[in-house]
Amino acid sequence: MNASPARFLLVVVGLAAALAPLWALESFHLFQLTLAVIMSLAVLGLNIVTGYNGQISLGHGAFFAIGAYVTSILMVQADWSFYATLPFAAAICGMVGYAVGLPALRLGGLYLALVTFSLAVAVPQLLKHKALEAWTGGVQGLFLMKPDPPRWLTSLLPLNADQYMYLNVLIVSGICFLLAWNLIRGRIGRALMATRDHPTAAEAMGMDIAALKTGAFAVSAMITGVAGALSAVAVEFVAPDSFTFLLSITFFVGMVVGGVASILGSIFGGLFVLFVPNIAESISRAAPGVIYGMILIVFLFVLPEGFAGLVRRILARLSPRGN
Amino acid sequence: MEAFLLQLAAGIATGGIYASVALAIVMIYQATHHVNFAQGEMATLSTFIALTMIQAGLPYWMAFAGTLVVSFIMGALVERLIMRPVQHAPILTHVGVYIGMLLIIGNMTGWVFGYTIQMFPSPFEGGKPMLGGLFSAHQLGSVAVTLAVLILVYLFFTKTSLGLAMRAAAYNPRSARLVGIRVDVMLALGWGLAAAIGSVAGMMVAPIVFLDPNMMLGILLYAFAGALLGGIDNPPGAVMGGFLVGVLENLAGAYIVGTDLKLTVALVIIIGVLVLKPSGLFGRVVFTRV
Repeated sequence: MNASPARFLLVVVGLAAALAPLWALESFHLFQLTLAVIMSLAVLGLNIVTGYNGQISLGHGAFFAIGAYVTSILMVQADWSFYATLPFAAAICGMVGYAVGLPALRLGGLYLALVTFSLAVAVPQLLKHKALEAWTGGVQGLFLMKPDPPRWLTSLLPLNADQYMYLNVLIVSGICFLLAWNLIRGRIGRALMATRDHPTAAEAMGMDIAALKTGAFAVSAMITGVAGALSAVAVEFVAPDSFTFLLSITFFVGMVVGGVASILGSIFGGLFVLFVPNIAESISRAAPGVIYGMILIVFLFVLPEGFAGLVRRILARLSPRGN
Repeated sequence: MEAFLLQLAAGIATGGIYASVALAIVMIYQATHHVNFAQGEMATLSTFIALTMIQAGLPYWMAFAGTLVVSFIMGALVERLIMRPVQHAPILTHVGVYIGMLLIIGNMTGWVFGYTIQMFPSPFEGGKPMLGGLFSAHQLGSVAVTLAVLILVYLFFTKTSLGLAMRAAAYNPRSARLVGIRVDVMLALGWGLAAAIGSVAGMMVAPIVFLDPNMMLGILLYAFAGALLGGIDNPPGAVMGGFLVGVLENLAGAYIVGTDLKLTVALVIIIGVLVLKPSGLFGRVVFTRV
């Protein structure tokens, strides 16, 4: 690989673009951008299991919900600090993801989509259930507080709670994206894709398909769960009806539109699912769902590789040939 | 005992609804080897069309027949316009297209017909509860309609050459094409039939659960569960599965988990079947050659 100055420049520009909104945007838009970053992270999680490993999940809203609830319950009922809850949320989501991955081993494409779809539909009911009400707050949900920026930081840099939240989300997501990128471009990533593209050949090469698939599910659930935990704190509220099956479908749409099996595409996807419904709503009040569906189908027809594929194509066109 | 029998009867009645949606799912599966996630939304749209016809003054059975025709055309058009171009695309694309259709059709229905909950008439009105007070007239009627549809479908697939051609087209498209079957026409026919069967289910369930754009979501899950339980490649099995799921759901709701976890019952059934006996109770075991 070439560690060229161009690449270094790209990283600097990217960092600047990510940090600029801290001061450039007012509270509400910064909050929206925070959510968009969180959505990107959730889409990244989905992309690992569905895009790179080929196991179609329509139920990632469930992991998002679990992450959100673990953090909320620990913060509200046990009075933990937000940071301490994150590894916990990640660990629990990873375990649940592993558990979901086990039956998934026996199910091919469409059936797995079906099972995860029914998981997504059942989630709000499970969260509302009486046996969990003491922890989850039932239908009313739980209210929590954003962490305040610590004194040492505010003395260096005047930040309010919203700006601080954005910074937190950015750092956590950045770490997750970096880890995912490392995972994908390495040996395991190639094994994941081999399992997706030709399981028989992959197995003949000595890859442990079962371990790869369940592992992919666990990592994917972990990342989406962390996104859920971040969203609970950013929104300062969780309730069962925020986690309907439409949330899972939103992640799926984000993945397809952003770019299947693309890290960069996950970022596009997150931005898309947060901002396009708002724009669509300004066209017609009832339209978002229809427009969403149409965009999804149009993308599958004319641009199956999503935004990321488009960008890649344009770059390939621009760069000199044979290089 | 009395209460148990009542629960059982109610289970059979709702099971009839699941059975007809399950039948529609199996139809699509027979024709294309796919499971259509938008089946429920298509059925809801059909039911709204039926309601519009009835409100326009058509007698019930006229509207019923009209809806069947419109739904059939709608299903065939969906296959022609939307599914055809991605016929050979990977599964992920198909799932995406189904989800897209689910969003479009579901939201269009709400947009055009509104989100208020509406009454839908039943053709089997009036009369006292029958069979020892266990069934209402509508429950019995809808079960009868489901069984009639099943028999028609069964006869169609086993006794007519068109049915045989459809099965051949799904089972082995290449060989079917070689013996002169127009596979693409068969696919469109399969989608049309499935949409028509789905519309029957919609019209039978609407008097019970009332009509609104999200009517079918839960029902679709139970129907999936039923289709899998009975065996996804076996129409009579799917109908049996639908009835079984209806009974299981009602009994579990009444005696084990309570009404607020009913959807989870469907989830458990789906996972249970897929993990323990993927071919279903009545399905054929399929081996894959590597």
